[in-house]
Amino acid sequence: MMLSEPDLTALAITLKMALLTTLILLLLGTPLAWWLARTRWRFKFLLEAVIALPLVLPPTVLGFYLLIALGPHGPVGELMESLGGRPLAFTFTGLVIGSVIYSMPFVIQPLQSAFAAVGRRPLEVAATLRASPLDRFFTIAVPLARHGFLTAVVLGFAHTVGEFGVVLMIGGNIPGETQVVSIAIYDHVEGLDYTHAHWLSGGLLLASFLMLMVVYAINRRFRSFQP
Amino acid sequence: MTIEARFHIEKAGFTQDVDLCLPARGITALFGPSGCGKTTLLRAIAGLERHAGGFLKVGDMTWQEGNRFIPPHRRPLGYVFQEASLFAHLTVRCNLEYGIKRVPKSARRISLQQTIELLGIGHLLDRKPGLLSGGERQRVAIARALAVSPRLLLMDEPLTGLDLASKQEILPYLESLHDELEIPVIYVSHVLEEITRMADYLVLLEAGRVVATGAIHEMLTRLDLPLAHDSDASAIFEATVAGNDKDYHLTYLDFAGGQFTVIRKELPVGSAVRLRVAARDVSLTLEHQSDTSILNIFPATVDEIIPEGKAHVTVRLMVGGISMLASVTLKSASVLDLHPGKSVYAQVKSVALLS
Repeated sequence: MMLSEPDLTALAITLKMALLTTLILLLLGTPLAWWLARTRWRFKFLLEAVIALPLVLPPTVLGFYLLIALGPHGPVGELMESLGGRPLAFTFTGLVIGSVIYSMPFVIQPLQSAFAAVGRRPLEVAATLRASPLDRFFTIAVPLARHGFLTAVVLGFAHTVGEFGVVLMIGGNIPGETQVVSIAIYDHVEGLDYTHAHWLSGGLLLASFLMLMVVYAINRRFRSFQP
Repeated sequence: MTIEARFHIEKAGFTQDVDLCLPARGITALFGPSGCGKTTLLRAIAGLERHAGGFLKVGDMTWQEGNRFIPPHRRPLGYVFQEASLFAHLTVRCNLEYGIKRVPKSARRISLQQTIELLGIGHLLDRKPGLLSGGERQRVAIARALAVSPRLLLMDEPLTGLDLASKQEILPYLESLHDELEIPVIYVSHVLEEITRMADYLVLLEAGRVVATGAIHEMLTRLDLPLAHDSDASAIFEATVAGNDKDYHLTYLDFAGGQFTVIRKELPVGSAVRLRVAARDVSLTLEHQSDTSILNIFPATVDEIIPEGKAHVTVRLMVGGISMLASVTLKSASVLDLHPGKSVYAQVKSVALLS
């Protein structure tokens, strides 16, 4: 086995973080994307701009603000302490919170555009066929937007696996708690341990490529069914 | 049974005031030029758009009154949109079943099999909508709307956007709908041809307001309405097959004002047909012509005359209590001394069988 014990732990933490982040983003992002795709609210663009911020901000900027917010003197940190908890900076929970914000546009944007592409008409038709609003959402909107869900899940997951800057700022580098693969690679390179860096990097490269390949292949099949 | 609808609709620069009482049987057409508010009215009736202060009662069901508003999915209606709008992720069969599954068993009066047969789509059931032709798609959409056993069927220009062949393919199905199901239909169209073929009752709309309402044959021959001044102006007659003539290959059709003779159609005696007589195919004489090749000649009384352009007049005739239109030249009208109350003979050159 070419992966050391700490490397495997880092891998497990990375997967756990990415899975949790993706799940949370799906739960939060689906209703938000649905609302964004259908609302005629005048100031929608403000919210859209905020959601897109992580696309353009250097991850260190995002990480810096999160560190301040989640740290013992930040608003979230103080809230946690007043509730008897401890600040979230340098914890796994803090890491997940950071990832959720960092990967948000990668989940919301594909969902929003997929919902927008569904349009109002199929939902109106479903309404005239006795389907309640919730029923229409799950039986019409979600299946018609399925390629958006697939893209959102894979992009959200892969992007979270690949994050570095935010993690370094708010997660620190605590083996067994907040050390993820991308940082482990950095450590290996710093320590001139190129063999292990190769194995981890190569593994990540292959896994990412496979995931994206699957998405594009499946999306192509979905599209061929559309009229 | 009636449908009562009162709406005051205001949309970006467009106001619509409607106060209607329609018969809750047969096909009622909402007819008017594009942009006159037909679709908006239909959507308000379906509840797809909510307009405050509206009132809508269909038979004994109140769908909208004051603050009471039944959302569309709780109204027992069927809606056929201008584009078929089939669910792309479902097969034809699943599209048809989508609505039925959501209708309680006790409220199902039309079976899936019935709608499939009525619209002739049995061979399409396992296909995805993307692989159907335009006409096939619209037939599936109509079947899907019927399959929920609606108490009111709303159709928004179901033939617009289809090519002529697809239209010809669907029209017979729509007509059989009319004959076989006792569901009141509100049918939106801007094509006079469709209306004359199918409608029983007509609502004429213009720029958001109702110009006139009435039974279709009345409306088509009212000289104060634009329909009688269309280049295709015509009158329609409900007739029954009285008999067939084998030797001359003819069919006799009885209507309230007499009997039409047409080229033989393979129709059983007693069956109901709708006939159309275009105004330009009717000429007038003062005496009954016996030495003529025209078979259909009826005694008639001039009811009303109105000038049409510079050289013509449109004459409304009464043939045994039924109105008919004739388009003649101003000169002829003057030579024959046509005036209301005058007795004439209407010679009908050509009769179209609509169903």
